[in-house]
Amino acid sequence: MRRLLSHPSLAIGLIATLAFALLGLLSLVWTPFPITEIDIGRRFLGPTAAHWLGTDNLGRDMVSLLMSGTLTSFTVALLAVAIGVGIGVPLGLAAVAWGGWVEWLVLRLSDFVFAFPAVIVAILITTLVGPGAVNAIVAIGIFNIPVFARVARGGALSIATLDFVAAAQLAGLGNARIALRHLLPNIMSLIIVQGTIQMSLGILSEAGLSYIGLGTQPPETSLGLMLRDAQSLFLLHPLLTIIPGLCIVAIVIALNIAGDGLRDAIDPRLRQGNRNVLA
Amino acid sequence: MGGGPEGGDTAPSRAVIAYALRRLIGFAVTLLVAALVIFVLLDLLPGDPAQFILGINATPASVAQLRLQMGLDAPAYQRFLGWLGGMLQGDFGMSYTQRAPVAQLIWDRLGVTLPLAVFAMVISMVVGLPLGLLAARRRGKAIDTTIMVLAQTGVAIPNFWFGMLLVLVFAVGLRWLPPGGFTPWIEDSGLALRGLLLPSLALALPQASILARVMRTALVDVAGQDFIRTARAKGLTMDEALWRHGVRNALLPVLTILGLQFAYLVAGTIVVENVFYLPGLGKLIYTAILERDLILVRGATIILILAVTSTMLLTDIAYALVDPRLREGAQR
Amino acid sequence: MSLLEVKDLVVRFGDAVAVDGISLTLQPGERLGIIGESGSGKTLTALAITDLLPEGASRSGTILLDGAPMPTSERAMARLRGQRIGMVFQEPMTALNPLMRINDQIAEAIELNSQHVSAQLDTPQLLTEVGLEQKHGDRYAHQLSGGQRQRAMIAMALASQPDLLIADEPTSALDLITQRLVLALIADICARRRMALLFISHDLKAVAQVCTRVAVMHSGRIVETGSVEQVLRAPQQDYTRRLVSASRFAPAATELRPLGETLLQVKGVTRDYHRRNALFWPIAPLRPVNDVSLSIASGEVVALVGPSGCGKTTLAKVIVGLDSASAGSIAFAGQSYRGRDLPKALRRDISLVFQDPFSSFDPRMSIGASLSEPLHLEPALDRALTPARLAEAVSAVGLDPAMLDRYPHEFSGGQRQRLAIARALVTRPRLLVLDEPVSALDVSVRGEVLELLARLQAQFGLTYLIISHDLDMVAAMADRVLVMEAGRIVEQGRPGEIFAHPLHRLTQELVAARLPELDAPSDPDATPAG
Repeated sequence: MRRLLSHPSLAIGLIATLAFALLGLLSLVWTPFPITEIDIGRRFLGPTAAHWLGTDNLGRDMVSLLMSGTLTSFTVALLAVAIGVGIGVPLGLAAVAWGGWVEWLVLRLSDFVFAFPAVIVAILITTLVGPGAVNAIVAIGIFNIPVFARVARGGALSIATLDFVAAAQLAGLGNARIALRHLLPNIMSLIIVQGTIQMSLGILSEAGLSYIGLGTQPPETSLGLMLRDAQSLFLLHPLLTIIPGLCIVAIVIALNIAGDGLRDAIDPRLRQGNRNVLA
Repeated sequence: MGGGPEGGDTAPSRAVIAYALRRLIGFAVTLLVAALVIFVLLDLLPGDPAQFILGINATPASVAQLRLQMGLDAPAYQRFLGWLGGMLQGDFGMSYTQRAPVAQLIWDRLGVTLPLAVFAMVISMVVGLPLGLLAARRRGKAIDTTIMVLAQTGVAIPNFWFGMLLVLVFAVGLRWLPPGGFTPWIEDSGLALRGLLLPSLALALPQASILARVMRTALVDVAGQDFIRTARAKGLTMDEALWRHGVRNALLPVLTILGLQFAYLVAGTIVVENVFYLPGLGKLIYTAILERDLILVRGATIILILAVTSTMLLTDIAYALVDPRLREGAQR
Repeated sequence: MSLLEVKDLVVRFGDAVAVDGISLTLQPGERLGIIGESGSGKTLTALAITDLLPEGASRSGTILLDGAPMPTSERAMARLRGQRIGMVFQEPMTALNPLMRINDQIAEAIELNSQHVSAQLDTPQLLTEVGLEQKHGDRYAHQLSGGQRQRAMIAMALASQPDLLIADEPTSALDLITQRLVLALIADICARRRMALLFISHDLKAVAQVCTRVAVMHSGRIVETGSVEQVLRAPQQDYTRRLVSASRFAPAATELRPLGETLLQVKGVTRDYHRRNALFWPIAPLRPVNDVSLSIASGEVVALVGPSGCGKTTLAKVIVGLDSASAGSIAFAGQSYRGRDLPKALRRDISLVFQDPFSSFDPRMSIGASLSEPLHLEPALDRALTPARLAEAVSAVGLDPAMLDRYPHEFSGGQRQRLAIARALVTRPRLLVLDEPVSALDVSVRGEVLELLARLQAQFGLTYLIISHDLDMVAAMADRVLVMEAGRIVEQGRPGEIFAHPLHRLTQELVAARLPELDAPSDPDATPAG
C-alpha cells in the first residue's frame, strides 16, 4: 500500500475520488439544506453565506443538490461496473479456461454487445419500462460486460500460456479451480485499473443519459439531471449549468488520475494503448 | 508466432478479400441477431399499437380491423420476417404517430446526424493525432506535459456540457454563431454548416483528447520496440525512425479506436443535438419513446446499430490492409 | 591505428552501474568476441558503443572510431552509425518492421548510406550474398523462418558496406542447424569483406568458432581478455575457468544401467490439429506428431532430440496428459490412456519439469503453496503429512525447507529450476519428463542442475524422458537417444554410437551442426557448407 501511495498522481487521484465519494455519502445523513425543500422565494440566488453556490430554479440549495447528485452518479457508475465485472470477468475467464466453443461464444457475444452503445440500450429499456436511474445502471452495465470480458480474457490468455498453469493442470486441478486460483489473482490489477476507467466513463454516461431524459428521474437527483433542469435556463442563469458540469469534470479527472496512477504503480507494462476508453 | 515460409506466395489481395468476406459474414450475423433482439424486446411490450392509434374510445371491432390491416395478428416469426424483408427493400414501415414512412423520417434526420458525426470525427483526428504525435516525440518535455494535461481534462468533459459552454461563449457572448436550430441543407448549406459547427466541436473535444492520448501511448510503445532500434542502427535518428517506421505501426491501435469512435459519435449526437435543438435522430427517437411509436423506435435503433457495426466492419478491413499479418487468417 | 577504441566505458541506470569501466580495442578486420552471462553488461556495451542505449541509461568514457571521437549530435552520430557500423540483433522477428517488405527495409539502408561508398550494392545482390532467394525479399518478416529473418537482418547490416559488424547473440534465437549456418555466414562475410566483427554471446563454442580474440565479461567488467586459444584453452581467471568447464559435459557413465520392465509404451501416437482457411473451410490438418511408437524401461534415461517444430514437445504433452492423441494410445505401467484422460491415480507417477523456470511458478503464490499443488493427486494423503513431504522434496534438490514460505521472485533461475524439480518430485513419481531442463539457465549453473538430475535418478531409481536440442547434454545424460523430425522418430540408439555413426540425414546434420569442443583443434575455415 505504501508502495502504491508513493506514486503522487495515484495518491492525489485516490484522495480526490474518496473526498467526492464521502461528500456523496454524507448527503445520506446530512446536507446543508434538505434537497426536497422547495422555496420559490429564494430561487436563483447567487452564492451567499448560507447558500455557498446559490440556489436553483426551485430555490433548492445547490451544494445540497450537488452532494446528493454526486452520490447518485457514483452509485450508478459503481453498480454498472459491478455488473460489468460480475458478468464480464467470469465470461472472460471461462473463455480462456475452457477455450474452444466457449471462447468462440464469449467473443461473438462481446462483439455483439459492442454494437449496442449505452444510449441504444437505454432507449430500448426506456421504451420497455419507462425512464429511471435503474435504466442507466443496466444500460451502462451491459456495455461494461464485454469491456471486462475482453480485459479479463486478454489478461488471462497471456497468463494461461505460462508454465505454472500447465503445472496446475498436471496436478489435476479443474478448469474452474485454475481460473480462480491462478488466472484471477494474476489479472486482478488489470481489472482494478479498468474498473476506475469504467467508473469515470460511467459517470459521464449517466450524466448524458439523465440529461436527455433516459436516466435518473425527479425527485431523485443526479449531476446529469441537474444539467437537464438547467437546460432551459442556461442562457439566463449559466451558473446552474456551469457548477454541476465542473463537478462532473472534477470527479472524472480524479478517477482518471487515480486510474493512470494505479496502472503505473501496479504494473508499468500496462501502459499500453487502452482500447476501451470510449463510451 | 511465425508463419511458415510458404505463407507469402498467396496474393495479398486474395487474402484481404477472404478476410473481408469473413468479416462481412460476421457483420450480417450481428445485424440479424440485433434485429431479432430489438424485435423480441419491443414485441414483449404490453399494449396494443392499434388500440393506441385509435385511442381508448375505439370500438373493439375497429381495433380488430386495424390490427388485421397492420398485420399484428400474424405469428411473431412472420411479422419478424416481414419486417426484415421490408427493411431490405428500404421499407421500415409506417410511423403511426407521425403518419409517415419510417424510412423517410429517419432519412431526413440522418441529414443532421451523419454530417455531425463526420465533422466531429474529422475535427478530432485533425486535432488529436498531431497533438499525440507531438507529445510522444517530445516526451517528458513541457509541451508533452501541457498536451497531456489538456487531454486529461478533455476526456473528463461531458460533450453536451461543453456544448452548452460553447453556446454561452460563441453564441451568447461573442454572437459569432447561432446558439441552436438548424437550416436544412437544401435551403442554405452555408447556414446548415454554421449550425453544425458548435455541435461538432462539442462532440470532437473528448474524442480528440482520447485520440491524442492513444496516439501518444502507441507511439511511445512503438519507440521502445526492437525494429526502431534497427532503423536507428541503419543510420536514422530517433525522430526519423519514428516517422518512417513508428507512425504506421502506432496507427494500428489508433485505427481500432477510430472505428469505435465513429460508432459512439453517432450515438453521442443523440445527446448533443439536444443542446442545440437540432432535428436529429435523437429528437425523433425521444418523441417516439414518449408517444410509444414502437415501429419508429425499432427502425431508428436498427439504423443506429447499422451505423455502429458497419464502421466496425470498415475498421477491420482497414486494419487488414495496413497489417499484412492479419491477412493470413490470424485472429486479432 | 585501431578501428575502434573504447576507454573506461561506464553505463549507469540511475545509481546502478551496469557496465563498470571497460576498455577494449579492435583492429581493422579483427574479430573480437565478448562472452558473458545474462546481466553481465555485454549487450549494453554494444549499445553504448553505437549510442543506442535504452532510455534511462547514461554512459561515460571515450569511444574512438579510427582515432576520432564519436560525434555528439544525434544526426551525425546516426549517419556515422549507418555508414560505418552494421548491427545484427538477437531476436530477428521483433528487429524487423512487421509492416514493411524485406526488400524495402534493405533498400532503405542502401539509400540512407548511398553517398558513403562508391560501389553501390543493390538489394538482389545483398539477398544473394546472405543466401536468400529473390522471392524472400518480397515477403514480410512473419512470412520468413527464423534463419531467413536473421539473414535479412545481416543483409541490411551489410548495405552500407560497414567496416565493423556488431552481432548481439545473433544465433541464440535460432535452432541448432540454422545456428551453425548463420555463424558460418557471419564468419564467411567478415573474412570476404575484411570487416571487423564484435560478436556478443554467452556461447563459448560459438565465439571460439568465429572469433580470433575474446573478452570475458562478468558483472560489468572485463575479467579476462586475449586470443581465443589462450583464454578458452588455458583460462587464467576463476570465472573464465568456471565458464569453460560448464560448457563441457562430463562423459556419460559407460556402464549400462540395470533396466526394469517396460514402464511407458507409446503405440502409434498421432496428433492432428484441425485447421480452417480464411473462410472456415477445413484444410489439411497440421500433424506435429505422426505415428510415433516408443517404449521406455523403468530406470532408463531416454532423450528425444530434434530441431524446433519437430513435434517433440507435443509428444511430451500427450505423454504427461496435457494434450490428447488423435490416434494411437499410450500405456503406463500397463494402463492405457490417450492423453488428457490419464487417470488421476496415474498422474502422480508422471511429472513434468518445464523449460523456463521463470514462468513455472505462480508469482502470487508462495513456493510452498505451489509445491503442495500436485499433492492434490493423492487424496488419501493425510494433510498433516504435507509439510513433511514438501520438506523431503526440497531437501532432495539440495535446498532449505525454510524457503517454502518465500515467493518465486526471491530466487535465481538456477534455484527456481531446482524448486521446479522439487515440485515434480513431491508426488514421488516414477517417470520424469524434462522439457529442455537447462536451456533457459546460464551456462555456469547448467552443470549443477544436470548433476542434481543425475544424482536424483540414481537415488530414487527414476525414469527420465529428456526433451532437448542439445546433443552434448544428451550425450552426457542419456542411455538411449531418439531423433525426431517432422513428427516421426527417424533414428534411435545409444548416444555414443548414434553420434559417431549417424545414419539418417537429420542426425547427420545435427551432428555436423554441433560446434567443436573448445579443446578440439581450431579450424575456423572448416565450417560446413549449407
